[in-house]
Amino acid sequence: MEILLQQLINGLVQGSIYALVALGYTMVYGIMGLINFAHGEVVMIGTLVTISVAGLLLKLGLPVALAGGAGLLAAVAVCMALGWGLERIAYRPLRNAPRLTPLITAIGMSIVLQNVAMLVWGRNYLTFPAIAPKAQFEFAGASFTAVQVMIVLVSALTMAGLLVLIYRTRLGMAMRATSQNPQVASLMGVNVNRVIAAAFVIGSALGAVAGVMVGSYYEIAHYQMGFMLGLKAFTAAVLGGIGNLAGAMAGGVLLGIIEALGAGYIGDLTGGFLGSHYQDIFAFIVLIGVLMFRPSGLFGEKTGDRA
Amino acid sequence: MRFVPLKLSLSALAVCSAFALTACGQKEEPKAAAPAAAPAPAAKPEITVKIGHAAPMTGPQAHLGKDNENGARLAIEDLNAKGLEIGGAKVKFELLGEDDQADPKQGTIVAQKLIDAKVNGVIGHLNSGTTIPASKLYADAGIPQISGSATNPKYTQQGFATAFRVMANDVQQGKALGEFASKQGVKTVAIVDDRTAYGQGLADEFRKSAEAAGLKVVASEYTNDKATDFKAILTKIKSTKADLVFYGGMDAQGGPMVKQMKELGIKARFLGGDGVCTPEFMKLGGDASEGNFCSLPGMPLEKLAKGPGFKEAFSKKFNAEIQLYAPYLYDAVMVMAEAMKRANSVEPAKYLPEVGKTKHDGVTALIEFDEKGDLKSGAISLYQYKGGKLDYVETLGGGAVATAKAEVKEAVAEVKEAAKAVGEAAKEVAKEGVKAGAEAVKAGAEAAKEGVKSGAEAVKGAADAAKAAVDKK
Repeated sequence: MEILLQQLINGLVQGSIYALVALGYTMVYGIMGLINFAHGEVVMIGTLVTISVAGLLLKLGLPVALAGGAGLLAAVAVCMALGWGLERIAYRPLRNAPRLTPLITAIGMSIVLQNVAMLVWGRNYLTFPAIAPKAQFEFAGASFTAVQVMIVLVSALTMAGLLVLIYRTRLGMAMRATSQNPQVASLMGVNVNRVIAAAFVIGSALGAVAGVMVGSYYEIAHYQMGFMLGLKAFTAAVLGGIGNLAGAMAGGVLLGIIEALGAGYIGDLTGGFLGSHYQDIFAFIVLIGVLMFRPSGLFGEKTGDRA
Repeated sequence: MRFVPLKLSLSALAVCSAFALTACGQKEEPKAAAPAAAPAPAAKPEITVKIGHAAPMTGPQAHLGKDNENGARLAIEDLNAKGLEIGGAKVKFELLGEDDQADPKQGTIVAQKLIDAKVNGVIGHLNSGTTIPASKLYADAGIPQISGSATNPKYTQQGFATAFRVMANDVQQGKALGEFASKQGVKTVAIVDDRTAYGQGLADEFRKSAEAAGLKVVASEYTNDKATDFKAILTKIKSTKADLVFYGGMDAQGGPMVKQMKELGIKARFLGGDGVCTPEFMKLGGDASEGNFCSLPGMPLEKLAKGPGFKEAFSKKFNAEIQLYAPYLYDAVMVMAEAMKRANSVEPAKYLPEVGKTKHDGVTALIEFDEKGDLKSGAISLYQYKGGKLDYVETLGGGAVATAKAEVKEAVAEVKEAAKAVGEAAKEVAKEGVKAGAEAVKAGAEAAKEGVKSGAEAVKGAADAAKAAVDKK
């Protein structure tokens, strides 16, 4: 029983990380219908910037909380600038291009960012400075750490914050309008360029937060860490219904739990025929199943085909 | 917010994943400049020997790939500084580096690229998973290949005359690790591997050896060589209460794994092979790595005659710590160059037979190959992670010790046999001697008898003569 509980905790935490990254995907997609494949790399840059800044401050003898906070702020600032730059350089010139073009550009930017990071931070694995509290808890035989609790809380709060932003603020209203029809929105006096840039900047800031969370959870970082993470988060976003904030959260958590349970029990269920290396297959079977019956994802709203 | 119609989102998904995969498969390749051999001046001919090198230069094992390349590069520079002459021409060695991304598919692509570039020999690849498929291409092209790090036994078992390795293989390593685990008083083990040719091969050999030593394998779990989260499989292992977790894989996964074991409150110890026996592992594993064990083929560098010198030259040249295989790569290049020198040719077909006859006193070991291209003296050393350093524990199992033991046994048996034979012979000789003696005595007696007889006869004769004479008178 405590094993099941432990697996659920593992899945919940892993899923919250996916969700946090997936929010960034879904933000941009909801407004522009663009999948920003470079988002995983933004997360990676966030982690690496934190390592550099917090590591340096810790070396200078600053208290852990201060160094960690400064690291987080620096990461958020760098990633916001990066998100803005990406949109300005790679996507805005292609705003009216066919759908495939920005997608390819996104993959291109992802590769560029990976290689820039490799040149700046090197090929080696980096250890993430210990800026998160180390406390460990036991609950009904399952153990978890303070960082894990923090990850779950941060992603839930971030999602709530985003919902408030989208549905309760002027910027949010402009975003929703742009999402529905950019031309009409701009006729109504919405500065579409600024709204889209804002979506990128906010999404990237979330990416930075996700990066810090991932870093303090696994305590390692590498210039290619964003790729798989991005892919999984993208899957989570599709599972939940891409473009939908609550869907990204639900999809992420669901994917994490499916993976954990899959890895934990697939061997027993199939009598050892399939091992834990089939955990991804488990997750993708669920994804295919969901898409067959609810093509726009779990929370995706049905929309009619529009010319 | 708006949601794009379903057809679009689905096709976008399909397209994205397709692109994601291609993006994964084909990253930029470091441009390998391959200038053709410089036009030889009439007076002093100079030839350029191209040595191909392949290892992951990007991806999670990029740090090990760079380490390998540095090892090979140091050897090439030493050779050029020495100024070898082969076949009356001055030889300039040149390293053609390729990035195989630790991916078997990419491994064959870069192998073909190196073959097309007409390299004289290949050093590498790093991973067994890339080395094995690539070795077929090199064998078909007749290009000698020496790997300094591919430890899966299959590599040299395919029967290719071109495949060599300067490191003990995983049969030896898995065996030593299994024996070591049982010596540590471990009763139950959980085995995790990363499903690569290396990880799986090592884990299988460990399993055989552990089971032979009477250990019980209570869990077999799997991950991959890009994973960072192992909590799900570790939770399952926790429920089996194994004494030891064995990991067949590399440091980039092993380090976080040992850390997550601690976070989950798993008391089991951790054991791994050469892939996790690195400074990187301890950096990634932190405190959790402390006190656990790993193994490396060969002997520790500090204990070898040329080890400390190499270490110093390496850190001076690259301003970096040796990660793992650099010394082996250095030796691999040296072995190849020496074979060329002995054959007095840089033609692959001509110097290939010489590679098999190598007897090179290298940095890592005295390198001699068996008929398959494996290292003859493959000892395995065990280390403990202690205070951020690899602490040498002992050298175990391994080919060298086993062969030496077998040789001693044989010798003893031979001596015994010989002693027995000597004894037998002595007995025989003694018997024979006695017999001969008796015969001699008998003969002597006979002779004496005869003599006496003849003497008597003579005396008789004389008496007769005397009698006759007296009668005449």
